[in-house]
Amino acid sequence: MTTVGARVGARVGARVGARVGARVGIVTFPGSLDDRDAMRAVRVAGAEPVSLWHGDADLHDVDAVIVPGGFSYGDYLRAGAIARFAPVMGPLVVAAREGMPVLGICNGFQVLCETHLLPGALVRNVAQRFICRDVPLVVDNAATAWTSAYENGQHIVVPIKNIDGCFVGSKRLLDELEATGRVVVRYADGAPNGSMRDIAGVCNETGTIVGMMPHPEHAIDDLTGPGVGGLGFFTSLVSRLVDA
Amino acid sequence: MARVVVDVMLKPEILDPQGQAIAQALPRLGFGGVADVRAGKHFVLDVDDDVSEQAVREIADTLLANPVIEDFEVRAE
Repeated sequence: MTTVGARVGARVGARVGARVGARVGIVTFPGSLDDRDAMRAVRVAGAEPVSLWHGDADLHDVDAVIVPGGFSYGDYLRAGAIARFAPVMGPLVVAAREGMPVLGICNGFQVLCETHLLPGALVRNVAQRFICRDVPLVVDNAATAWTSAYENGQHIVVPIKNIDGCFVGSKRLLDELEATGRVVVRYADGAPNGSMRDIAGVCNETGTIVGMMPHPEHAIDDLTGPGVGGLGFFTSLVSRLVDA
Repeated sequence: MARVVVDVMLKPEILDPQGQAIAQALPRLGFGGVADVRAGKHFVLDVDDDVSEQAVREIADTLLANPVIEDFEVRAE
């Protein structure tokens, strides 16, 4: 018993003492694919990635969370519909509502929409095909927790890889999102998946929760991606957390 | 045990690429006269007798359908 207590004490002490950077949690569901790339992007941006397990209802004191891409629970029923009820989502939803930054990428965006942390929904691509290609994007709102490293109107190239990537919402919702600056990124050359008003990513009212279909974690270095256009999402968060 | 059926359909204003693909395939197969096809999901639930219709509606509203894009109907069989 003493050993356990001492170990926990030592761990907490070490963390508090050594805490220089931000801790960013990355959720792994059964069927997640891009959790490792998201962890690497967080590390490259200068924060400490912390792996969060879907079955563990604990956020382990992270400062922000990334819900990564993939096919959680096989995308059964609807993309993100089952992941929404995973134990880790309980504390995640509470923390997100209290202002903790959350980024949902691809399947993670679908999960955040199913959770109703973000508005709208993602449905089957208009062409009914899986699309995997680098796409040009325009940053529409560079004032969110995840986009402050960009400028409004900045063009970046980031890959998409999805089959349920068509963003839909009522006309009223789309008008509201546009009027209040909650469209974060748009497809610059038209939405390859049919997304309404070329919307590639949206945010909540306060800009702390962002969801997007393109994969910024796959565009953080020239060797493995189409450039470094995606890195800004992660450095935006890190500068926000370090300044806080 | 009672059998309850839940039908889930995309809302009329939401584009249904699956239904469209089916509709476009029909003339190629020689079936004429079909103006439109909408595809949906059909769930068959075997529930205990003490499970109310209200409870099944809650199941449909929470999990089986996404009310943002889909409507559902519940009926006993």
